[in-house]
Amino acid sequence: MTEAEPVLRLQDLKVHYPVRLGHGFGKSMLRAVDGVSLDIGRGECLGLVGESGCGKSSLAQAVMGLVPVSSGRIALNGREDWGADRLARARMVQMVFQDPFSSLNPRQSIGQSLGGPLKLHGVTNRSEREDRVATMLRKVGLNPDAAGRHPHEFSGGQRQRIAIARALIVEPQLVVCDEPVSALDVSIRAQIINLLLELKDELGVALLMISHDLGVVEHMSDRIAVMYLGRIVEEGDWRKIFTAPAHPYTRTLIASIPDPARPDAGWERLRGEAPSALAPPAGCAFHPRCAQAFGACRAGGVPEFTGLADDHRARCHLLTEGASR
Amino acid sequence: MSDDVLRIEDLTIALRVEGRDHPAVEGVNLTIGRGEVVGLVGESGCGKSLTALSVAGLLTAPMHVSNGRILIEGQDVARLSNRSLRSLRGDRIAMIFQEPMTALNPLMTIGDQIGEMFVLHRGLGARAARKAAIAALDRVQVPGAARRVDDYPHQLSGGMRQRVMIAIALACDPALLIADEPTTALDVTIQAEIIDLILELCREQGTAVLMISHDLGLVARICNRVAVMYAGHLIEEQAAERIFLSPHHPYTRGLVGALPRLGRRLTEGQAALTEIPGTVPAILDYGAGCRFAPRCTRVMAHCAAATPETTQLPQGGRIRCFLHD
Repeated sequence: MTEAEPVLRLQDLKVHYPVRLGHGFGKSMLRAVDGVSLDIGRGECLGLVGESGCGKSSLAQAVMGLVPVSSGRIALNGREDWGADRLARARMVQMVFQDPFSSLNPRQSIGQSLGGPLKLHGVTNRSEREDRVATMLRKVGLNPDAAGRHPHEFSGGQRQRIAIARALIVEPQLVVCDEPVSALDVSIRAQIINLLLELKDELGVALLMISHDLGVVEHMSDRIAVMYLGRIVEEGDWRKIFTAPAHPYTRTLIASIPDPARPDAGWERLRGEAPSALAPPAGCAFHPRCAQAFGACRAGGVPEFTGLADDHRARCHLLTEGASR
Repeated sequence: MSDDVLRIEDLTIALRVEGRDHPAVEGVNLTIGRGEVVGLVGESGCGKSLTALSVAGLLTAPMHVSNGRILIEGQDVARLSNRSLRSLRGDRIAMIFQEPMTALNPLMTIGDQIGEMFVLHRGLGARAARKAAIAALDRVQVPGAARRVDDYPHQLSGGMRQRVMIAIALACDPALLIADEPTTALDVTIQAEIIDLILELCREQGTAVLMISHDLGLVARICNRVAVMYAGHLIEEQAAERIFLSPHHPYTRGLVGALPRLGRRLTEGQAALTEIPGTVPAILDYGAGCRFAPRCTRVMAHCAAATPETTQLPQGGRIRCFLHD
């Protein structure tokens, strides 16, 4: 293993679900994730954005090993085959969920919720476990005596701190955060965002930050990937994505955020809604909603990535054929 | 009679627990003129939805209006019989809720649900109501309205369902539309379309809008005036274009600072977001003083002793804070 080995490397990852269409209509394939290649480096935060149904949560679950992968590769720290060694895999990657009310066991004390994983991962000494739980609770800004209490005694923001502590206690190298702040109140969001960034710097843990909130993603990410109907359509350094977005979809996403500081700036509307992943449009999947679509977008097949800079690429026919029109 | 469509005077809504009243909303004053769009912002539990429900006469036990008046076009809601209240709702006041899936009846076609409004409030027959329903669907830009009128809610996407909700709400040209987080359940790309649609239709008819949201950015972008609630008190009200640029109450300032805004990182760097420490108090724990005092960074000795009065801001607007006494 070299220092340059990414914490996570996805190669042409596909997650397809068979869907029964109703009696007599046979089966179809829902292509939730359809050929995604991505790297996340050590201590890096990758923001993954897209509308609901674009496959971002399926991607997260595949990384966690929670859904079967149809094809492609997932390498964690360069290792692909974890076989039956699920514990070792779990030490590599942990997850924080959206809803802190349903992701903590209401019948376990916080100490049990945090100590359980430690025990499972071979910390057999009880007082050592208690020490590590207390240290972790302090790290996420809670009083160590929280260990003796139960989830219902905590507010939403505090529970999300506990969920973060539980994810970090086995010292993973990657934490998958699926909309970690969208269930929280505005005044609490800033606390959790600041906490995640502090812990990322302090512990050097990499984050896969999934969110529909571009403001949150811009604030937190080192790199950003934009997903549309199962594919990454643009990927790059956060500055590039926000200052020079290349894909029309990225541009509309950014323009659809109301900017209160500039109330006169027009906001852009996107035509129609995202098509179903069961029947994605031919050609570029975005063309029915794209204001700049031309012949190649409908007939030219799925556009390949065009490299725009060192760390910036997008899949759009405008960048290849469109440029010579 | 004044021109105000809605006039809320010194409204107090109490939660009755074991025979004792605990005020959940206290001393709220708010007026909305014809054609005006007013935003009501706050975190969950601040009383913004309770205020809206009381306007529509929809409060249920253990919540009840214990003080103050609500006038709709000069009529006192509290003095109306259930029967006249029912004919007021849907006709003069309409509501759009956050979740279009649960607000629509899954067993009725959308045509019947829209048509119902014309049957109940306009006395139309079935055939005329169906015609009116198709016209209403057309008005909210549902493509192929004549076909779609026989669809059931489950056949529609989230954005289309919200359009149907808007068609129902605006069917009888109400004087006041209450929109309770109308786009929170939708993707950001759909949000702009839905909001624009609501505003366009209301502008045409001169309908007043009370827009309830936790999203200060959205509200500041689309409203004429914005009122901020915290723990049952209306703590600040200003013109929309000012509230974001010069918030005066420490809580409003905190909300503005806690928001990761697009473009902010480019100019200000990844500096920590302003946190509002602590959490919102529970209704039963509301103390005597300013309810924001325990979380306020500029708290003074007398803040905890008494509730500040509402005072006028020199540049227009109102505030409830000792710093501005």
